[in-house]
Amino acid sequence: MSRKQKKMLIRIIAAAVIFAGGLFIPEAEETFSVLWFVRLGVFLAAYLTAGWDILWKAVRNIAHGQVFDENFLMSIASIGAMIIGEYSEGSAVMIFYQVGELFQSVAVGKSRKSIADMMDINPEYANVERDGEIAEVEPDEVEIGETVVIKPGERVPLDGEIIFGSSGLNTAALTGESALREVTVGDEVISGSVNTGGLLKIRVTKKYSDSTVAKILELVENSSESKAKTENFITRFAKVYTPIVVISAVLLAVVPPLFLGNWGEWIYKALTFLVVSCPCALVISVPLSYFGGIGGASRRGIMVKGANYLEALAKSQTFVFDKTGTLTKGSFAVSEKNPEGISEEELLSLCAAAEQISNHPIALSIVKAAKEKGDIPKAENAEEVAGFGVKAVVNGSEIAVGNSRLMKEVLKNNGAKFSETESSGTIVHCAENGEYRGYIIVSDEIKENSAAALSSLKKMGASKTVMLTGDRKLTAESVARSVGIDEVQSQLLPDGKVKALEEIYAQKPPKTALAYVGDGMNDAPSLARADVGIAMGGLGSDAAIEAADIVLMNDNIENLPLAVKIARKTRRIVTENIVFALGVKVAVLVLAALGIANMWAAVFADVGVSVIAIINAMRAMRIR
Amino acid sequence: MKKTFKLIDLDCANCAAKMEAAIKKLDGVTDASVNFMTQKLTIEADDGRFDEVVKMAVDCVKKVEPDCKVVVK
Repeated sequence: MSRKQKKMLIRIIAAAVIFAGGLFIPEAEETFSVLWFVRLGVFLAAYLTAGWDILWKAVRNIAHGQVFDENFLMSIASIGAMIIGEYSEGSAVMIFYQVGELFQSVAVGKSRKSIADMMDINPEYANVERDGEIAEVEPDEVEIGETVVIKPGERVPLDGEIIFGSSGLNTAALTGESALREVTVGDEVISGSVNTGGLLKIRVTKKYSDSTVAKILELVENSSESKAKTENFITRFAKVYTPIVVISAVLLAVVPPLFLGNWGEWIYKALTFLVVSCPCALVISVPLSYFGGIGGASRRGIMVKGANYLEALAKSQTFVFDKTGTLTKGSFAVSEKNPEGISEEELLSLCAAAEQISNHPIALSIVKAAKEKGDIPKAENAEEVAGFGVKAVVNGSEIAVGNSRLMKEVLKNNGAKFSETESSGTIVHCAENGEYRGYIIVSDEIKENSAAALSSLKKMGASKTVMLTGDRKLTAESVARSVGIDEVQSQLLPDGKVKALEEIYAQKPPKTALAYVGDGMNDAPSLARADVGIAMGGLGSDAAIEAADIVLMNDNIENLPLAVKIARKTRRIVTENIVFALGVKVAVLVLAALGIANMWAAVFADVGVSVIAIINAMRAMRIR
Repeated sequence: MKKTFKLIDLDCANCAAKMEAAIKKLDGVTDASVNFMTQKLTIEADDGRFDEVVKMAVDCVKKVEPDCKVVVK
């Protein structure tokens, strides 16, 4: 509790004690008798102890032109109750209102803090080795190439590469994964993870502002900027709700007694209305639930950029996946070499030479395989033909490396003759100066848990799952079958992915959303086009963090159904709160108008409902 | 230009909504958001008039909740 909150608690306790004392004073039979004055005095003391600041704020805010302000409404309701002689109720309303406010402030503060703690991944300092000595400096003062020492128990301050030592890194704060990552010399380390083992020395590879931890913190800081539609709706609703209830209160106080008389009773009913007119429970419970949901998700390594995305994910029925790196590991390996007229090694080295400029996973795997065999020749004028392959000049000959479409083009003067083999792996053809040189097969492994993730999504009611890929039909279909995808669109060029996405978009059931899951490589437009763009394996991929709305920090695709579950439960909590808060308020309004509900019920409808809604909202943080 | 400010002692969710509505209406403001949970005010406004806009926004905050402070760095 902050000091402000403690002060408030003391005031409330004091007011409650005075109030309890007041209850022992019998009601005076005669107005203006000594007993009457004593009783009024005691309740007035309790009232002012609890609510003097509310009265003061009400006066001050009217001066600022804030009319339907909570303070004003509470003041009118309680003063009104005092005037019509309901002293105990008048002061009780104020005391309970303050109890509710205090509880609200404590609960909100608590959930704020627990989320802040969860996101406490900011390294405070870095031990830099400078001139043979170790200096403790701010992480943003460290330059690329400097050596940083990380002692056991310390947080990795900057992204880098290990040059000394080996250890287990705890990345739980980043990925939600509790298993330690074993690292040793040559491995990359990610800032924000904690060194649990021995002393490490790293060579810094990224400035602090570009490092993983800074990117994630930026993401988290801005994560609640975009509000959910529900929240905006509730805010708008609150704007009309209060005036409507207040106007009905005025009508209730004036119109019926004109015909029926009995002014006191009707004014009491009107005052009860005013107590219920505060929209606070509604207004607070929606953002609090989403905040909790986002916080709970981040603990599991799921970064959500805003409440609106969590909301859209809850509505998602259509899930579109990228294949490579999302459903498959994206770690390709050369599995077959079929040269024509040259040796296997020559074929591999030609392909690798041309593919050096590409960062496509297939290209990387070919380069890797060739490096193991020896040096790769230099390539000149290399250009990537998106969706086809690569063209380059190697050792004076024109080399084209890519798929069959590229072959058809470069071999057209030669009758376009090449082996049109069928394989579930990716076939990379090679041509030299318009002559066919054979092909290499590169295969990708399917992630072990892709099938499980897909089947959980289905169980959760996903109406359609689609896989989009630039790969050949055979490869695509074999992957789709083994993971359980409904529909496949293969051989898509990069811009074809967005077009295919548009078509699927047009077919999605009304009022549902479409989620696109990719790895952030070459599919930024699709991530942006979908209602929710979800990127896999955010660690190390800045493009993914920037383009996506939701980032699954670890590479675990099973976090996707978990994210959907968190989104849906959060939405359910929000709905529960809205229905509950509105339901109780409307019920109390009706009962009050009929003269059944008294001011105590109204206080419950205001404060009690807020408290229950807050407790319910905090559940969103603990969804598993 | 877009800038985020910390709000201290922002006590009520409805007030946050009111502030947001008022700041959004200010001349020169492209977009604004007051987040009750993170206690942050984000203003997007014309570069040339940014300081002036921030001043007006602070007035809006004061008007709705006089105890609430905007941390202007």
